[in-house]
Amino acid sequence: MPAPRTRAVVAATALLATLVACTPNDTSTPDGTSGAATLTVDSSADACVLSGDTAPSGNVVFEVTNSGDEVTEFYLLAEDGLQILSEVENIGPGITRDLVLVARPGSYQTACKPGMVGEGIRADFTVTDSGAQVGPTGAVADQLEVATTNYVAYVKDQTEQLLTATEAFAASYTAGDDDAARAAYAPTRVHWERIEPVAESFGDLDPRMDLREADVEAGAEWTGWHLLEKDLWAPVAADNGGAEYVPLTPEQRSTYAAQLVADTQELYDRVHSDEFTLTADQIGNGAKSLLDEVATGKVTGEEEAWSHTDLWDFQANVDGAKVGYAGLRDVVAAKDADLAATLDERFEQVQALLDAQRVGDGFALYTDLTEDEIKALAASVDALGEPLSRLTSAVVL
Amino acid sequence: MPRITRRDRSDAPSSPAATPGISRRAVLGLAGAGAATAGLGVAGGFAAARAGADAAGPAGPARSYAFAGEHQAGIVTPAQDRLHFASWDLTTTSREEVVALLRRWTAAAARMTQGLPAGEFGPDSGPYDAPPDDTGEAANLDASGLTLTFGFGRSLFVGADGADRFGLAGRLPAALADLPHFPGDVLEPGRTGGDLAVQACADDPQVAVHAIRNLSRLAFGTASVRWSQLGYGRTSSTSTAQRTPRNLFGFKDGTANLKLEEPELVDDHVWVAADDDADEGTDSRWMAGGSYLVSRRIRMTIETWDRSSLREQEAIVGRTKGDGAPLSGGTEFTEPDLAATGRGDVPLIATDSHVRLAHPTSNAGARMLRRGYNYTDGSDGLGRLDAGLFFLAYVRDPRTQYTPMQTVLARDDAMSEYLRHTGSGLWAVPPGVASGATMGTADGAYIGQGLFT
Repeated sequence: MPAPRTRAVVAATALLATLVACTPNDTSTPDGTSGAATLTVDSSADACVLSGDTAPSGNVVFEVTNSGDEVTEFYLLAEDGLQILSEVENIGPGITRDLVLVARPGSYQTACKPGMVGEGIRADFTVTDSGAQVGPTGAVADQLEVATTNYVAYVKDQTEQLLTATEAFAASYTAGDDDAARAAYAPTRVHWERIEPVAESFGDLDPRMDLREADVEAGAEWTGWHLLEKDLWAPVAADNGGAEYVPLTPEQRSTYAAQLVADTQELYDRVHSDEFTLTADQIGNGAKSLLDEVATGKVTGEEEAWSHTDLWDFQANVDGAKVGYAGLRDVVAAKDADLAATLDERFEQVQALLDAQRVGDGFALYTDLTEDEIKALAASVDALGEPLSRLTSAVVL
Repeated sequence: MPRITRRDRSDAPSSPAATPGISRRAVLGLAGAGAATAGLGVAGGFAAARAGADAAGPAGPARSYAFAGEHQAGIVTPAQDRLHFASWDLTTTSREEVVALLRRWTAAAARMTQGLPAGEFGPDSGPYDAPPDDTGEAANLDASGLTLTFGFGRSLFVGADGADRFGLAGRLPAALADLPHFPGDVLEPGRTGGDLAVQACADDPQVAVHAIRNLSRLAFGTASVRWSQLGYGRTSSTSTAQRTPRNLFGFKDGTANLKLEEPELVDDHVWVAADDDADEGTDSRWMAGGSYLVSRRIRMTIETWDRSSLREQEAIVGRTKGDGAPLSGGTEFTEPDLAATGRGDVPLIATDSHVRLAHPTSNAGARMLRRGYNYTDGSDGLGRLDAGLFFLAYVRDPRTQYTPMQTVLARDDAMSEYLRHTGSGLWAVPPGVASGATMGTADGAYIGQGLFT
């Protein structure tokens, strides 16, 4: 492999998008079945045996079995043997893994790479024209590049707003101005919730900043947003495991508020570092995991156990997912118009239900929702989350 | 259990004709207590022979396991397919009544595990103006591999206020310490704790439910059910003869479990030795030959798991979904190579994968004998499956085998994002009633006798 790992992936994704496009809902086969051509690949220590050297254009599955005793990889390369169209890596000895792609007619090379070193064991491979529609060519790579650039800018912008708002929130809270702090709590967290998967990708920051009380390990110190939330919306004993809630002292308040600001600054710095990049699959997976966040914590009222401002977070998660999707939408629309149409419609349905709960600049409290309203919201989240889980493969495949 | 099995096997009658023949109905004719007890002796010896045979071959529906033995049945017994687990709160303050309940339970359990009715008359005979001494829904069904395993909660020894409820505080094992709060715990009081617990396992759910129902009936006035849990689809194998089952995430579960064919490991990791608590200042020698049972109701957020990519699912588990092979290569039973790396020197088995974090080498060699079950309690109010894993694990000391592992898993395991622990229990499971002992009489042997004498 001529290029280091990170560049190779970007190149593979970009080239793949231009040369091999995906139409998961391809109905071009006469009987409406998927019509995928399946080839087996036996990658041993010193051979790379394919069950055939041609396939019709459309969905192609390479079922790669590693019969050697080293980790192997399998590549589909362009005719020149340099450009990587698709790959499957890290196949342990004895393991079989599928490489699924949509292939256009043309000449290619296949390669097994036992031990993941060297040029690999190569052979020519031909994709014949089956007449199947395999998606557009052209500007997809550019679209993906624009999408990732824009999303990174969005993440940076949200951390800027988060930092400013958190500083103001922390100042009110430290000064003992509880009304102002309570009013600022949910609108500030919105900026966090919109980019939650990014924040979570920094494994050390998320537990410090966003841990709920139930997730605190025995003996560990609880810090972050929800500690302050509990202090601002102090529970009665019955809601506090039977124990009288003890408010934080002014000293504790200033300590924890200062740490929250410092952690937010840390998040800001990391996101603004030159090292910080995102790929199309990370954006797609991020959009999906934002909806998972809604499904797991917000629509159940667990996230904001004391303030009950779950719908602010809900809206922010949906916002973040929608921005991620919007950047990829042209690509999805070109490759799988049905999926794009479904996602457009389902985003609207979720939004309509959220809009119905708007109160002033914010939302109804979770505890004011009826069971039917919660159930309708949950159903809309599931209805959106399911097709959204196919976004990444639609974009990256 | 394996040693008992082998010993009993050599003493057992060899005629296969007697094996499936003991149906609940057939023994009803023997109604007298003495006759029933004699019948039990035969069934018991025979059942052990079946147990040995079953471990090596497919399990027939008629199998039964000996109730008596050095250890309680239902621990290393090849895991049956169905579970009804129940926990009781004692409503009495009388130690004598607790002992009397354990005697009643022991006698009924000894009968039901052999495919007999809970009482000597059975569901359709006895005094005409009295309710039958067996509820009857398991009549004509055979033992179906039923085992009943009894455990004592910490609250049996000391109340929440530290009170010595039944004069047992001095015999509280040090190992029966409360589990700490783990990250991700959202324990519901109605699914947690209790003074007494019974694990009923069988191949027929009707038989398991029947057993708990009849034990519960025998407890009215002395103890009331605190919570119970139905399970199906055992999620681990306790014998090498069993195929590894799948959990509700669709992955094989329990591949690296302790197996009954590993008696030395079972001795090391499951059975309590007489002097285990010797340095702890408590008198818990009564637990020798017993074990500790950790029960956890672990809800899975099924819907979001189902939306995650195959890549993510396999990375979280650390095994392939199809064969259950570790991602470092090989087949299901290949030992995971935690040091193996792929492209960019990234570990093939992710550092936050379940396989890596649960592996004995990541836990100072600690192992457990798991025999959990899938559960599905219908759906919640949001239309999502209330389903997951009812985790059951037997260990010699939960403080060194379960707590450290669960602490790491709850904190670092990528899978914990899809899990929520909603119920919890920790039980001291005493040794079995000695083979050949008389049961069911005023001075007969009973489960937990060593604790009360």
